[in-house]
Amino acid sequence: MNIFFISTKNLLRNKMTTFLNVVLVSFGIGILSILFLASTQIGNKLESNAKDIDLVVGAKGSPLQLILSSIYHIDFPTGNIPAKDAYALMHNPLVKRAVPLALGDNYRGYRIVGSDTTFIGLYGLKLASGDFWSKDLEVTIGSAVALETGLKVGDHFFGAHGLSGNADIHKQHAYIVKGILVPQGNVTDNLILTNIGSVYKIHEQPDEDVAHAHHDENIQGGQKELNDKELTSILIQYRSPMSIIIFPRLVNQSTGMQAASPAMESARLFSLIGVGLDTLKWFAFLIMAISALSVFISLYNSMKEKKYDLAIMRCLGASKTKLFFLVILEGLIITTLGAVLGLLIGHLALELIGAYQESSQARLTGIYFLPEEFYLLLSGLGIGIVASIIPALQVYKVDISTTLTKGN
Amino acid sequence: MIKIASLAHAYPKGQRINFPDWEIETAEQWLLLGASGSGKSTLLNHMAGLLRPSEGSVEINGTDLYSLSARKLDGFRGKNIGIVFQRPHLVRSLRVIENLELAASMAGNQIDRGRNMQLLDNMGLSGKEMAYPDELSQGQMQRVSVARALVNRPDLLIADEPTSSLDDISTQQVIELLTFQAKDNGATLIIATHDTRVKNLMDKTYQI
Repeated sequence: MNIFFISTKNLLRNKMTTFLNVVLVSFGIGILSILFLASTQIGNKLESNAKDIDLVVGAKGSPLQLILSSIYHIDFPTGNIPAKDAYALMHNPLVKRAVPLALGDNYRGYRIVGSDTTFIGLYGLKLASGDFWSKDLEVTIGSAVALETGLKVGDHFFGAHGLSGNADIHKQHAYIVKGILVPQGNVTDNLILTNIGSVYKIHEQPDEDVAHAHHDENIQGGQKELNDKELTSILIQYRSPMSIIIFPRLVNQSTGMQAASPAMESARLFSLIGVGLDTLKWFAFLIMAISALSVFISLYNSMKEKKYDLAIMRCLGASKTKLFFLVILEGLIITTLGAVLGLLIGHLALELIGAYQESSQARLTGIYFLPEEFYLLLSGLGIGIVASIIPALQVYKVDISTTLTKGN
Repeated sequence: MIKIASLAHAYPKGQRINFPDWEIETAEQWLLLGASGSGKSTLLNHMAGLLRPSEGSVEINGTDLYSLSARKLDGFRGKNIGIVFQRPHLVRSLRVIENLELAASMAGNQIDRGRNMQLLDNMGLSGKEMAYPDELSQGQMQRVSVARALVNRPDLLIADEPTSSLDDISTQQVIELLTFQAKDNGATLIIATHDTRVKNLMDKTYQI
């Protein structure tokens, strides 16, 4: 029989108090765990999706909205830009790489993105099966799309108008799946990629069918008939650091379009979210402080009853040090259980949040572990020691002969 | 052998008791008599190494208790002295059998469940091994505390007013168990009491 066994039995004697203390600790740790996991995942997603993109050019409006819709695919675009102007910018000498985007449709909530082969190079896309799109109405789908929708190479499907919902399905043209991407760990896992001509074809009026016969060549060839066409945005990669200063000004001052920097907008987004995160973080710290106080009060109050037990254990040969650790251990058991439970709650909650998230592009997962969680566990142990040290010191004050002679 | 020499205790309020010297041979059984407040419990606490005397010494089988460090004294008490108090003082979060195992564990001895079960059986507590103290009567709890005092085969068994809260039947049972078990274990037994029911049950008496 060791002191762990005795401590556990002592705690089980007051099951409800122990349970409530464990729950209180777990709430504090759980909230912090959710915050750490969620903010890290969001940060990683923001970083990996915006990698190699220096600037986004789109219609005037909110620059954050432009970034969210064009890079993270979680908001509505600010509007469309003339394809003629967009292609002019794409050929600017300051631009190393420019990726045109044409948005507008979805399939079961997964966005259909019209682009060209530069998109493949920008994200370093690799195929798990099939091929990349090459003709109108051919698509290559992300790994998450394939997994969630069950689409396979050779399958046909109809896109729906808008970036979410199935209210307005384009039944006149079906897409065909030409390939499936390997998991990329970024937003492309949740995208359906096709050429820009497909997006035009889906949205053209019936009398445009004949005119569209030569559309592919127009887009991929020399962009001869661009006057009536539009794009959603362009993802720009600069040729040199010099462009950082010149190019956004060029766009904003000499065109009807706007340039938005992903780095700046992401930082702005994080500072906006950060206020909420900080509030929640302090709330969690407050809960943890309350839990420490609660554990302290429980242990301190129990010492009145426990002093007879401690005195009798001294009679039976236990040293003061042994009994000191017996009380410390009770605090540690409560807070360790609370910390472990809190981490479990954190991961479970995040998995549930992820499952119910509408936007698949920014989906959070509970199956994600951080080294910081180890520190959360340690902080749980720290709370246990802090909360139990004063009650444990009472052990040294117990007068055995007086306590046992007076009786209980 | 137990030797008490020049033992004195000074209370915080200035009162002082000087105890007569006392020599007890191994396995003897003594009744310690005295009126309430005469210092019986104080003397027993000195003999059990629970209360440091102002003067004098308590020697058990050649070991001067108060020459030991606090830690060594705790260990010595656990291994060599069994104590039964006026009230049973069982650890309420532990079952009956676990209370006995606690005694072995705290003294640093191996747990001998077979012997512990036998001790409980000897005390008429067979079938109560898994009960919690709250489920026992006062007499049963006191018998458990006697069994617990015997777990480590102590050289000295001290009982301080063990029957004061018991009815006549339980008193008879507890005293018989203490004397029989002490003899069976070869332990020296000292019972302090002012309970007149006990006075005729033992041969040797020491009056303070």
